[in-house]
Amino acid sequence: MLRSRLAPVLALALVLAACQQTAKPPTTTVAPSAAGGEKPVAGGTLTFIVNAEPPSFDGHRETTFALLHPIAPHYSLLYKFDPNDLTKVIPDVAAEQPAVSADKMTVTIKLRQDVKFHDGTGMTSEDIKATYDKIIFPPTGVLSPRAGAYAVVSAVNATDKYTVEFKLKYPSASFLTNLASPWNFIYSAAKLKADIHFYEKNIMGTGPFLYDGNTKGQDWKGKKNPDYFGKDKDGNKLPYLDAYKALIITDANAGVTAIRSKQAMIEFRGFTPSQRDDLSRSLPNDLAIQEAPWICVNYVVPNTTKKPFDDPRVRRALTLAVDRWGGGEALSKTTIVKDVGGLMRPKGPFAMNDTDLVKIAGFGKDAKANKDAAKKLLSDAGVPNLSFKFLNRNIQTPYEPVAVYLIDQWKQVGITATHDVKETSAYQADLRAGTFEVALDFNCDFLDEPDLQLAKFWSASKAGKGLNFAYYDDTKLDGLIDAQSRETDPAKRVKLVGDIERYAMDEMAYQYPVLWWYRIIPYLNTVRGWKIGSNHYTNQDLATVWLAKK
Amino acid sequence: MTGAEPRAVPDRAISAEDIAKRRYFESTGRRRFVRFWVDFIRQRPLGTAGAVLIIVMLLAAAFADVVAPYDPTAINFPDLLKPPSPEHLLGADNFGRDVFSRVIFGSRTALLVGFTASLVGCTLGLVLGVASAYLGGRTDQIIQRLMDVLLSFPLIVIAIAVVAALGTGEDKIANVIAAITVPIVPRVARVVRSSALSIVQMPYIEATRSVGAGAIRIMFRHIAPNVFAPYLIMLTAFLGQAILLEASLSFLGLGVFEPTASWGLMLRGAGMQFLEQAPWLAIAPGVAISMAVFGFNLFGDSLRDALDPRLRTG
Amino acid sequence: MRRYIVGRLLLMIPTLIGVAILTFVIMRAVPGDIVALRYAGSSVPQDVIDQERHILGLDKPMWAQFVDWMTSISHLDLGQSLWTGHSVIDEVQVRVPLSIELAVLATLFAVALAIPLGVVAAVKQDSWIDYAIRVFSIGGLAMPSFWIGIMMVLVTLTLWGWAPPVVFTPLFEDPIANLAGLILPAIAVGYRYSAVSMRMTRSTVLEVLREDYVRTARAKGLRETIVVVRHALRNALLPVVTVVSLEFAFLIGGLVVTEQVFNLNGIGKLLVDAVAHRDYPLIQALVLLLAAVFVIVNFVVDMIYVVLDPRIRYA
Repeated sequence: MLRSRLAPVLALALVLAACQQTAKPPTTTVAPSAAGGEKPVAGGTLTFIVNAEPPSFDGHRETTFALLHPIAPHYSLLYKFDPNDLTKVIPDVAAEQPAVSADKMTVTIKLRQDVKFHDGTGMTSEDIKATYDKIIFPPTGVLSPRAGAYAVVSAVNATDKYTVEFKLKYPSASFLTNLASPWNFIYSAAKLKADIHFYEKNIMGTGPFLYDGNTKGQDWKGKKNPDYFGKDKDGNKLPYLDAYKALIITDANAGVTAIRSKQAMIEFRGFTPSQRDDLSRSLPNDLAIQEAPWICVNYVVPNTTKKPFDDPRVRRALTLAVDRWGGGEALSKTTIVKDVGGLMRPKGPFAMNDTDLVKIAGFGKDAKANKDAAKKLLSDAGVPNLSFKFLNRNIQTPYEPVAVYLIDQWKQVGITATHDVKETSAYQADLRAGTFEVALDFNCDFLDEPDLQLAKFWSASKAGKGLNFAYYDDTKLDGLIDAQSRETDPAKRVKLVGDIERYAMDEMAYQYPVLWWYRIIPYLNTVRGWKIGSNHYTNQDLATVWLAKK
Repeated sequence: MTGAEPRAVPDRAISAEDIAKRRYFESTGRRRFVRFWVDFIRQRPLGTAGAVLIIVMLLAAAFADVVAPYDPTAINFPDLLKPPSPEHLLGADNFGRDVFSRVIFGSRTALLVGFTASLVGCTLGLVLGVASAYLGGRTDQIIQRLMDVLLSFPLIVIAIAVVAALGTGEDKIANVIAAITVPIVPRVARVVRSSALSIVQMPYIEATRSVGAGAIRIMFRHIAPNVFAPYLIMLTAFLGQAILLEASLSFLGLGVFEPTASWGLMLRGAGMQFLEQAPWLAIAPGVAISMAVFGFNLFGDSLRDALDPRLRTG
Repeated sequence: MRRYIVGRLLLMIPTLIGVAILTFVIMRAVPGDIVALRYAGSSVPQDVIDQERHILGLDKPMWAQFVDWMTSISHLDLGQSLWTGHSVIDEVQVRVPLSIELAVLATLFAVALAIPLGVVAAVKQDSWIDYAIRVFSIGGLAMPSFWIGIMMVLVTLTLWGWAPPVVFTPLFEDPIANLAGLILPAIAVGYRYSAVSMRMTRSTVLEVLREDYVRTARAKGLRETIVVVRHALRNALLPVVTVVSLEFAFLIGGLVVTEQVFNLNGIGKLLVDAVAHRDYPLIQALVLLLAAVFVIVNFVVDMIYVVLDPRIRYA
């Protein structure tokens, strides 16, 4: 989920190529699609599972993957992530990489001239302007949750038929990556003009698949767009598939059964290790598995406005008590968490190396010493038998097992935490009202970008409003975050991020991650051309997916 | 027998059997009580089996700390998902917790919820049913309409709605109990009302009333004790259903939460997720629920047969 | 007789109104609503959320919202789902066939199980067959239907590697696929449903078997089967019909949980999803619908009673 509070002031090198981080590509196992040399075959219908119903059809206004998975194939973006190398951003309806003016305040983008909407009309810069006006400057009655991410934009102009220009208030590098946001479906200016709410209930895009109907609560169908502009590197027309069908299956076990009985081929969010093992056992010859670290994590958030959590010693004790290395190893066998990491995704481009990581409170490897230290801190602070309510969401994976583990770890240092589980809206209400004592929060992003992952750490009364539920204000931390945001040298930036991690997690112990999630996608091995990424939002237009004949 | 009505002269010679029967009826309350149960055990094997199940469950709940080999919430990762073995009689779950211990402690949650909900629900239903029958007229109509409204909701639906309304969170148990109590009340009220109606029409009630006894006194001293039999029967029957409802609510995620040991909760999480890898996680709590409800139903059935065959509704 | 019918008809109205009020009150007592839920976790500014609330009419006082709702119901407009934006009627229409079919199949299974078993148990009273059948029927009451569902799936998966089709096919499109998808849930729900009916059948047949006219039939020398079927059963059916209808609410409850387990796109699952989404209009409409169905079924049963047994008159 995109953290929309960016407000960075930057003088970064604006070339998108710089955003190709020196990251290791996500690890995969048994991924025939990644193995080059296989020639894609056209035809076939892809059936996949989505485990929730899209609330409306408008990508600009929704925030759930349940919208992206069935609906993204109908639309194009200005830029998107390269299906073959998910760290790269490539043009989609744009014709080339953007041109940035010398003063870095104007970004000019040339558009392709061969893009057609599904109703036959050609796409022009007017459509881009209308789309981005809706996202950045939504009129009254139109919801655009990510508008804040584009606060840097002062205007969007259609300078000629196939050129669009973004005027910025100040130079900004992450703006360019934001143009690849998976939510920014390109809409038709004509349709928006006739009815600004058109896209909430209708589909009319420029993407590789035409809308072919949907049955509420059951399925969503798309069929090949014969006039799609995309071509693969050999010049063949995309998409390869004739059609796709998304099955709405809300129950996780039913989803596993669907794949197992081959009624569905793949699910794009992720299964637990046990579900994967069940599938490999029952489909030994038909299954492929791709796995990758996920840019999703849970945080323990003590409410600093409630005693005794205003005392950093108590907060440190809470994190010291948790054996993350042992927990990660054990929990990764049964649920979707795995890696131990700081505020940035472990093994990602901004991750802290392990030697430094183990020095941070709660991330050390000597569990017993840490727990003893925690007990001492608690008694120093005067609360040796601390007890509190631990707020959590009513979702099984992985919130429940993570909480059970935390409660047990805390019990071992004398802390009694009662598990206070609430439905999402009540949970959210408590977080926003600040009435809880300690909560389990979460964050998912579509990119390894400190501005996104650190968004929760700004001062709660300023830029962190609505995001920072630890409710602290810390100008020093704000300064640190701001500094890294402006730093152009990647190596220096990593170091600055490290300083932030040490300060926020160790010295002040404001809020800290538990374990980073791990994405496991078992699927039928006839599916090719889809590569797992670090998140479940991007790369879902299915243009390059094909089905091997058996 | 002092104060007894004069008995008709039997039309055959008095036999030893008759004398024995007369002695039976003349015996004191306590001996009758014992006799009742002795006959029950002898004549009703199914009901006795049910009673045994109930007693086992009660003992397990009461002495859980002693009987359970492990702490039900003690996480022990090395034992992750171990199948049943001498160390773990029913295996271990996805945290390495001993399933057998969790099942035993689960009986506490089940009994707590079941008993409270059933007791409160049946008593409320008793009061409403008796009041409705005795007071008649407008009050009867109003109460009946109210009960009808409540009865129009399927059990689960109203339980879900009540839990959702009262909120989830730390003091869940009270909400769960309340949610289960609500559907019980109208069902009990309906049955009690029809039983009470037949008693209300009896002459001695009219007599008591004309003597000047107050309504409440009449209702509770004269009517209620006579509907005690159906009340008791429904208490046991609804205990079973209450346990089942708690399991369903926990299964839907609206009951108690981790790490509390509850049978429904065990089915929801580990039971469904690890169905093939570790089927004992799903089998054990399901069997426990079934045995508990089974016991209450068997016992309740036979109790009803024994107390008043006229009440047999199937 | 007409007065009786009209009286019963009139009685339904306050009941339904009471149901509507109760549902409305319960759902509005919940903290947090559809808008908060929809934007949970994202940093949507508060004024946008308020705006959304205003558009959906959630900021009006309670009674105003209730009046709005009742007015639209009188126009047979059950409102719009806050979650999907489609009308409630649409949402329900799609799912009703599945739930109805499941309910019918479950009832058929239940009756097919209950009546023969009940009769046999009565005829062979106190024999081991009787005990076995009684134990079997209590099993239906004791075992949670969702557990039965889970166990059945476990068995079919491990033994035959078969699982019910995940996608629902309408009956007329492909009867085999349709029934394949519904057979397991129908059994899970029906087994439970049959329990009470079976016991009811047994006890009424028992009673009837003691009646004089049965003794007469036996004395006439008729075969036992004919005695049972032609004389006893017909009279025993009356209370059974009552119980079948009374337990209908049971059935709906069973649908709710079973549709979850088998991931069936029916009304029960819609209800649970709606509760999870705090979709007030949908929940209210659904509960009202279900309650109305129940009340109407009751009414129909009462009418059948009147037809079958003219002795019945309520005070």
